[in-house]
Amino acid sequence: MGNEDAVFYSRVLTELTLSFHIIYATIGVGVPLMIMIAQWVGIKKNDEHYILLARRWARGFVITVAVGVVTGTAIGLQLSLLWPNFMELAGNVIALPLFMETFAFFFEAIFLGIYLYTWDRFENQKKHLLLLVPVAIGASFSAVFITIVNAFMNAPRGFDLVNGELVNINPIIAMFNPAMPTKVAHVVITAYMTSAFILAAIAAFRLLKGSNHIYHKKALHLTMKLGLVFAIASAIIGDFSGKYLAEYQPEKLAAAEWHFETKEGAELLLLGVLKDGEPKYAIKVPFGLSILAHNNPKAEVIGLDQFPVDEQPPLYIHYLFNIMVFIGMWMVLLAAWYLIGMRRGWKNVRTNWFRWLIVLGGPLVVLAIESGWWLAEVGRQPWILRHIMRVDEAATTSGQVDVMLMLFALLYLILGIGSVVVLRRMFKRNPVERELEERHMEKGGDVQ
Amino acid sequence: MNLEIIGISVLWTFLFGYILVGAIDFGAGFFNAYSLLTGKERILTKVIQRYLSPVWEVTNVFLVFFFVGIIGFFPKTAFYYGTTLLVPVSFGIILLAIRGSYYAFETYGARRHKGYSFMYGLAGLLIPASLSIVLTISEGGFIEMVDGHPVLDYWELFTSPLTWSIVVLSLSATLYISAVFLTWYANKAGDREATDLLRKYALIWSLPTIITAGGIIFELSNHNYEHYANIQTFWPMFLISFILFIGTVWLFWRRRHYGWAFGMLAGQFAFAFFGYGASHYPYLLYPYLTIYDSFTNPAMAISLIVAFILGLCLLIPSLILLMRLFLFNKAYVKGKKNFHA
Ligand code: HDD
Ligand code: HEM
Ligand code: HEM
Repeated sequence: MGNEDAVFYSRVLTELTLSFHIIYATIGVGVPLMIMIAQWVGIKKNDEHYILLARRWARGFVITVAVGVVTGTAIGLQLSLLWPNFMELAGNVIALPLFMETFAFFFEAIFLGIYLYTWDRFENQKKHLLLLVPVAIGASFSAVFITIVNAFMNAPRGFDLVNGELVNINPIIAMFNPAMPTKVAHVVITAYMTSAFILAAIAAFRLLKGSNHIYHKKALHLTMKLGLVFAIASAIIGDFSGKYLAEYQPEKLAAAEWHFETKEGAELLLLGVLKDGEPKYAIKVPFGLSILAHNNPKAEVIGLDQFPVDEQPPLYIHYLFNIMVFIGMWMVLLAAWYLIGMRRGWKNVRTNWFRWLIVLGGPLVVLAIESGWWLAEVGRQPWILRHIMRVDEAATTSGQVDVMLMLFALLYLILGIGSVVVLRRMFKRNPVERELEERHMEKGGDVQ
Repeated sequence: MNLEIIGISVLWTFLFGYILVGAIDFGAGFFNAYSLLTGKERILTKVIQRYLSPVWEVTNVFLVFFFVGIIGFFPKTAFYYGTTLLVPVSFGIILLAIRGSYYAFETYGARRHKGYSFMYGLAGLLIPASLSIVLTISEGGFIEMVDGHPVLDYWELFTSPLTWSIVVLSLSATLYISAVFLTWYANKAGDREATDLLRKYALIWSLPTIITAGGIIFELSNHNYEHYANIQTFWPMFLISFILFIGTVWLFWRRRHYGWAFGMLAGQFAFAFFGYGASHYPYLLYPYLTIYDSFTNPAMAISLIVAFILGLCLLIPSLILLMRLFLFNKAYVKGKKNFHA
């Protein structure tokens, strides 16, 4: 196997592992916060329904965490196994947040163990809730730290390269690189948004499948409310991410927008196809791109013409960008519609087809997460460390990557199917109606 | 003391933690699978659920800490070990995945499947075997430089007696550590039947452990004389380790003070592990890589150490809380109460 093969298979294996890990990791970041909010609402309103909601979410969460942990361990090791040259360089400059991340993992894992095994052990419910706080903090900080590493790959700072030697290394400057604020904020907030809408999808699905219990209505209402807040926040921070790109990584933005020539008052293209390098059938928003990039319809936006051909990212990221943004806008709309409708007593938000739309929102937000990451990572190509190291210089020279790729693909297939099957069975065997009866919890307030 | 030594000591200590906690976990899986065959699974499954399920993630983080930390402190290891270890470590990851998913799918998912329990048990044995290969490779002689890239010579590796003795040691030590700990735990839980069974396992596995440990030192004299000679200079540590070993076995034989016996076992392995580590100094990989030529820059080293100290301030109280709730809590250990979500 020549080294091109090793590079190719390493890329595929990294893409596969990360794309799989990110689903569970995103849930791992967002769901603890949702559990916390539900339990808190339950204690505040003295409503056992919310407490049970928190408890059932926590049970499901255990399964997704387990898959998150094993795939995370896989990607952590694979970074060194598949990209040894990159890790050698990165280890010198950006090891600090990676190292701090392990403490976040410790914190999360320890308190998750305690939280799960101490239901009903405390007289005072609030004490039990308190145990969840470190879990949520640990999970969110895992995301913060790993995203800092990824931000560094996009905007390497904090060192100088003199004749191939690293000098003047400053780990703190490396961490607080220009990509970091928008990237960290966007990743964390979209994780909350994703979790809220996935949980909403589950509640809506139960309502569709014949259970008309108020418990599910409360779950739906709570998660849609949270979803709306985080979806609006995601869109706003997403806009800042675009402005970051315009300033620091213009080639990524230009490729994502099919913006070929540098010009003032640039228009925004949505969808469309490329024919002989020319965008066709795209929806044009005059001055849109200039506004998106610089908040000014007249501003100049750098196009791909400023970059040598071998440093331009693949152009298909345009679609990834469109998918992410459309889904983001759609979810804002859907959640707002639902909440206004509930307040005004509209009938359409209680219909089956509307609930199906909410169910569809679950897979859609996951798709948004995936396309967002693919946009960010593919848009950095051909660099692994922007303007410092190319992907093909970073890869392993090992000849067995293809076999490992097949093994891991099989593993993820089994884990993916396994987690879905186990989750379904867990909740089917123990439906919420029965659990409420057993616990004599038929009290509780109305939906709000 | 210099930064290099601080760095490697921190990492070696966490690796030791992983080996100890991991061995308990891996061995328990094996005994569980074995007892399925002999129809005694009820006894052990309970212990696994009560003690191991709440902490398996924490165990895993010890491993993550080690491999993230070693890239941080010694970035050149990524180049040498990363390139050569693709296959053995990938197998290790897959085996770890089987175990992690067992806890989630079987214990929380409340689903019993015999085949899965066997895989879980088997994975527990194969993990120490596949990860211990790394120690073997670090002794040198298995990695060659070809066109400036390190290449692992599998034939050499798998025909070397050193490889196989380290594999055997890792297996028997895993089972020994695990059996000693579980005896103590079962005894605390007041489970006579389990205590007797596990005590027997502990005594059985003590012998191969000490024999292979001695054997490896002997093998080293052929394989890596420099290291062998270094080990000699650390003989007091190995002697103390041996005395502690005798202590554990004696207490077990007399059925007394299982808690002390486990403490002595931890001491035995600590002395042997740190003696081995110290005699390995300064090499991370014979003869290519020492802790000095692979060390990171001072700015990174200092920030890692500061982060480590701050992290410990968070970690230690949390770990104590965890142990008090699950290891030293009478009602919980005895299984009187079940508070699982
Ligand atoms: C539910 C998921 C989700 C949703 C609805 C959105 N995003 Fe996003 N986006 C992500 C999930 C995401 C992400 C997965 O979190 C990414 C990938 C890498 C990153 O930093 O965040 C991302 C990256 C990302 C980037 C690239 C950043 C970079 O490469 O440095 C831009 C410019 C935007 N987003 C902009 C937006 C805009 C304008 C949105 C308007 C609604 C939007 N995103 C919605
Ligand atoms: C520590 C942070 C990260 C590192 C070191 C890293 C490393 C890499 C590497 C080495 C590649 C291969 C480049 C290539 O395939 O061309 C890559 C690509 C990719 N990464 Fe990242 N990554 C990081 C964060 C993430 C995260 C958090 C995700 C989210 C899931 C992600 C998703 C991807 C995807 C989808 C690709 C494929 C891009 C392509 O086709 O080229 N990465 N990353
Ligand atoms: C290159 C990218 C990544 C690497 C190397 C990585 C590494 C890891 C590792 C080693 C674990 C296991 C920790 C344990 O043993 O407890 C893990 C789990 C986790 N990761 Fe990742 N990760 C990456 C990307 C991400 C991203 C992008 C996020 C968040 C958006 C994330 C969030 C988490 C969380 C929350 C967990 C805890 C398990 C869970 O709750 O599901 N990771 N990751």
